[in-house]
Amino acid sequence: MGLAKRIIPCLDVDAGRVVKGVRFVDIRDAGDPVEVARRYNEEGADEITFLDITATAHERETIAHVVEQVASQVFIPLTVGGGIRKAGDVLRMLNAGADKVAINSAAVFNPEFVKEVTDRFGSQCIVVAIDAKRVDDHWEIFTHGGRKPTGIDAVAWARKMADYGAGEILLTSMDRDGTKSGFDNHLNRAVAEAVPVPLIASGGVGKLQHLVDGVQVGGADAVLAASIFHFAEYSIGQAKQYMADHGIEVRL
Amino acid sequence: MAQKIAVIDYGMGNLRSVSKAVEHVAGDAEVRVTDDPSYIAAADRVVFPGQGAARDCMAAIGEHHLNQAVLRAARTKPFLGICMGLQVLMQRSEENDGTALLGLFAGEVRRFDGLAMGDNGLPLKIPHMGWSQVQQQLSHPLWADIPDRSRFYFVHSYRVVPEDVSLIAATTDYGVRFTAAIARDNLFATQFHPEKSADVGLQLLSNFVNWSI
Repeated sequence: MGLAKRIIPCLDVDAGRVVKGVRFVDIRDAGDPVEVARRYNEEGADEITFLDITATAHERETIAHVVEQVASQVFIPLTVGGGIRKAGDVLRMLNAGADKVAINSAAVFNPEFVKEVTDRFGSQCIVVAIDAKRVDDHWEIFTHGGRKPTGIDAVAWARKMADYGAGEILLTSMDRDGTKSGFDNHLNRAVAEAVPVPLIASGGVGKLQHLVDGVQVGGADAVLAASIFHFAEYSIGQAKQYMADHGIEVRL
Repeated sequence: MAQKIAVIDYGMGNLRSVSKAVEHVAGDAEVRVTDDPSYIAAADRVVFPGQGAARDCMAAIGEHHLNQAVLRAARTKPFLGICMGLQVLMQRSEENDGTALLGLFAGEVRRFDGLAMGDNGLPLKIPHMGWSQVQQQLSHPLWADIPDRSRFYFVHSYRVVPEDVSLIAATTDYGVRFTAAIARDNLFATQFHPEKSADVGLQLLSNFVNWSI
């Protein structure tokens, strides 16, 4: 009896609407983040992550309203990422009802930013998101949606971010993201062993066995997936049952 | 007349989710996020949340002149502490090289350390973050309709160690068995976050809102 491994569906939000399909046919509006979040909650999601992919600053304001609406009706932890650059962005999301804020590029441009916001708001609400890609015999972090190399070693970076106060690491394999071929569990394992804080594995989930592998092979504390919950016929409940059947402790 | 529920705001952490969850179960009650000692004194029930480091929390409680208001409420009316709102009721925390707390109960707040290995062959992670089973150690109105060993959501690196073990209302295992909730008279306090614990959390909050001492 211990801590359950978490399953976290991730929703891409553009200008306040969920984009990419969601499989629920019997909800009024599959683009409404509140309806989608409520449904994932009913299915037993352990947390929900919103990734704001809005391009313009003006439309970015809408993500705060999305969080506000969801937070008043869905009572599980909510994480928001995408475009978080200043302490004011973090504060706005927390005030809207987010429990955690994910920081990615802004941490790369200015690592002290992570110290600043963990000091001010607490480690428990700061997730550092890392996009990593294999380069020769190691992994490097990339920014701009995986297009821009930084030359920074991903494992060393994860360790540094944990030292700077990150409460969790959300690690996405750019090699696997969108491929449905499973997590990069060598990468996951390397980071899981390097950091004392929880690891959320992301990128590449195409079937339920991949979730099991992320925990058992990759050493992840939580698994994040988008498309298998949106498009395929898998529900969160099925995913949890599958993990439980394979000996993983989950919240059923 | 609709009851008044004060959610004490001393500037530590996001209180929106706490107040929204209480509102969700509180019917026509007036739920107010407040640092006003007179509102807290007049409230029918008090929720005392909190996140962050012990020293910062104690400093913030002092700056808001809330020490006495919190202690008085904790002794006199239905009172629900959550997370740091549990920890600061103890005497002393190991956090920040030793921090004096409100001292309502004898006992310490200690960091998780010397932890066992997790089932993935890695040391257990700190913070303890996620859904763990809560074993009820005594029957209590706040456990009504909540199955024993239900999972609640936790986020913390420190745990309370009360001297008086009869305070312990629930325990959880994370490398070590620790106190997940305490209860005494009109007071109940949880290390976990009922406001983030889906249905069982809402049930606990509903039980609190309807708790008659």
